[in-house]
Amino acid sequence: MGMTTAVNPVEPLLRSERMPHLWCPGCGIGTTVNCFARALERSKLPLDKVAVVSGIGCTGRVAGYINLDSFHTTHGRAIPFATGLKLANPDLTVAVYSGDGDLISIGGNHFIHAARRNVDIKVICVNNFIYGMTGGQVAPTTPLGAVATTAPYGSFERPFNLPFLAESSGAVYVARWTAYHVQHIAHSMTEALRKKGFSFIEILAPCPTLYQRRNKLGDGLDTMRYYKERSVIKNGASTRDLDLDFQGEITVGKFVDVERPTLQETMDRLYRQRLEDRYFGWRQP
Amino acid sequence: MNLVHADPKTVLTGAHFMDGNHAACEGAIAAGANFAAGYPITPSTEIVERFAARAPLVGATFLQMEDELASSIAILGAAWGGAKSFTVTSGPGFSLMMEHIGFAAMTETPSVFVDVQRGGPSTGLPTLPAQADMMQARWGSHGDYEIIALSPSSPQECFDVMIDAFNFAERYRNPVFVMMDESVGHMTEKVVIPSADRVLLVPRRYTCLPPSEYLPFKPSPDGIPEMARMGQGYHFHVTGLTHDASGYPAINAQTQQELLSRLVGKIRNDADKIARAEERQIEDARIVLVAYGITARVALRAVQLAREERIPAGLLRPIVVWPFPEKRIRELAGQAKAFIVVEMNQGQIVHEVERGVAGRARTVLVPHAGGAVHRPEAILEVIREVAQWA
Repeated sequence: MGMTTAVNPVEPLLRSERMPHLWCPGCGIGTTVNCFARALERSKLPLDKVAVVSGIGCTGRVAGYINLDSFHTTHGRAIPFATGLKLANPDLTVAVYSGDGDLISIGGNHFIHAARRNVDIKVICVNNFIYGMTGGQVAPTTPLGAVATTAPYGSFERPFNLPFLAESSGAVYVARWTAYHVQHIAHSMTEALRKKGFSFIEILAPCPTLYQRRNKLGDGLDTMRYYKERSVIKNGASTRDLDLDFQGEITVGKFVDVERPTLQETMDRLYRQRLEDRYFGWRQP
Repeated sequence: MNLVHADPKTVLTGAHFMDGNHAACEGAIAAGANFAAGYPITPSTEIVERFAARAPLVGATFLQMEDELASSIAILGAAWGGAKSFTVTSGPGFSLMMEHIGFAAMTETPSVFVDVQRGGPSTGLPTLPAQADMMQARWGSHGDYEIIALSPSSPQECFDVMIDAFNFAERYRNPVFVMMDESVGHMTEKVVIPSADRVLLVPRRYTCLPPSEYLPFKPSPDGIPEMARMGQGYHFHVTGLTHDASGYPAINAQTQQELLSRLVGKIRNDADKIARAEERQIEDARIVLVAYGITARVALRAVQLAREERIPAGLLRPIVVWPFPEKRIRELAGQAKAFIVVEMNQGQIVHEVERGVAGRARTVLVPHAGGAVHRPEAILEVIREVAQWA
C-alpha cells in the first residue's frame, strides 16, 4: 500500500517559493488567483505561451505569484505594456491582472482605448472599492457614501459602472462576479482566456483591512455572506443597469460575449487589401 | 561581441535627399526596429509617419497610442516580446515618458527614445528648435540611473546614430536617447544609406541556459544579464521594484545597493568605450568650443571665422553626450586656456564642461533661449573677447 500525497492541483501554476503572499487575511485577491490557476488548466492553452501583466497595487502583485512569464509594470500602464507585448509576440496569450485604482483611475484612458481597439488581451480587474496598498483612499469605484481615508465623511462621487464602461468602449467579453462566486469566476476566466479580443472580468473582492473595517462591515467572512445574500445572477443583463450602491444588491453574470475582429486581424486585413503582395507580414522575433 | 548584418530587405540603400526626421526613421529600420509606438507631437511626428508607412513593408508594427505614457511603455512590452522598439516625441511628450524611462532602466529593457527638441518650458515653441531637454534626458526620471544619449548634427548623422542607439540599447540593455532638435529634424540634406552588409548590429543577448539554471537578472561577467525569450518556459518575472538576480522583489538596503551599483556601473565603467566625439582644429587650440547637434555646425563656422583672424580656436562636438566625455575635457583642459560652450538653452552641458575643466581653464557659456540657432558672428564676438586673455 503506497502513501499518496495530496498535491494542490494549482500549485504548479504558483510560485510556491514566494509564499506566504503579502495579501491580508480575508482579502479576496488570493481567491481570484486560485480561480485563475484553475482557469489556466481548464483552458488547455499551452501555458508557456501565457503571460501575465500587472500594474501597481495589491492586485498588481498577482503577476509575481503566478509561475508564468510575468511583468509587474508601472501604475496604470499594464494595458499598454500588454498591448506592445501582444503585438510583438502574437502567439502569446496575454492576461492583464490588476486592481480598480490601477486599471480604471490612473489607467482609465488605456483601458477604454484598448477596448476600443479590441486588443486581444484578457483584463481581470479585482475591484475592492479602495486603494489598498496605499492605505485605503477613495477610488473611482468607491460606492457613494462609503468612507475612505481621503473621503472621511463618505465618498461624494458617483462611481464607475465597470461592465458598462467596458462594453461601451468595445470589449467583446464582459462579466462580473464576486469573490464568493469561485466556480463562476473560474468559468468566466476560462472563457476569456479562450476568447479572441478584449475581454473584461470584474471581480468584487473584500478588503477587510481598509474598506470593510472602516465602513464597519465586519470581516472577510461577513463580506462573503453579503455577496452570497445580495448577489443576483443575471446573465445577459444590460450593462447600463449594473451600477453598484453601498451595500446594495449586486448584479453578477456574463453580460457580453460577442465576436468582433481584433486589432491585429483588422490591421492585417487592411494591409493585405491595400498593399497586396507588398505586405511583408510580421517578422517573428 | 558577435555582430550581425542588417536585413537587406529593410535597408533603403542609396543616396537620398531627406530630412533628419525621415533619416532617423530609416536608421531605425536599418537597425532592425520592428516595433514603434508614438503619439503625434511637433516637430517629431514625421519619424512615426514614415514608420507607419514603411512598417508593413518591412515586417514591422506601428501603433499610434492614446498618449505618450502608453507609447513609452508599449515599446517596453514589445521589447520583452522580442521586438526591437522605439518611440519618438518632443519636450511635452518627453516629460510624460519619464516614468517609463526609469522603468526601462530598472528592468534593463533595450529601448530607444527619440526627442526632437523644441523650445520650452511647457508648450513653448512647438515648431522651433531648442536643446533644452539635455538634462531632462539625463536626470528626468526619479531615482539613480544612467543612460546613453546621442546628438546628431545632420540628417546623415540622424540615420547613423539611430543604428548606434539600437546597438547601445542591446549591448547595455538600457534606454538610449537620440536627442535631435527641430533644426536637424527638419533640415533636408543628402543622406547616404549604406548597403545592408555595411550596417552591423548588436543582436539581443539571449541566454543559452535551460530554464532550470537561468536567473533573469544574474549579471554576466560584464555586469549585464542575459534575457530569456518569451513563451519558452523560462517563467521569468520582471518588476520595477528593487529585485535580486531571481527577478523577484527584494525590498531591502543591501539588494538596492547591489542593484544600483550594477545599473549605474554598467554604463559608467564603460564611459570611455561609449564616448564618441568629433574634433575640429583642436590640436593647437587654446580656445575650445563645445557644441552638439545643430549648434555644433554654427559653432564650427565661428571657429573658421576665428581662424581667419588667427585666433587658435577649435571645436569639440560630443556625438555621445551622455555619458559626458569628461575625460576628454580633462585632457583638453591641460592645453586650452578657455572653453566656450555654445548651446541652445540657458546653460546645461556647460556645467559638465566646468566639472571636467575643474578650474584649470575658464569656461564661458554662449546661451540661446531657442527659437532660432545662434548667429556665428555672435559666437565669434565671444571668441574674440576670450582671445584677449586666453
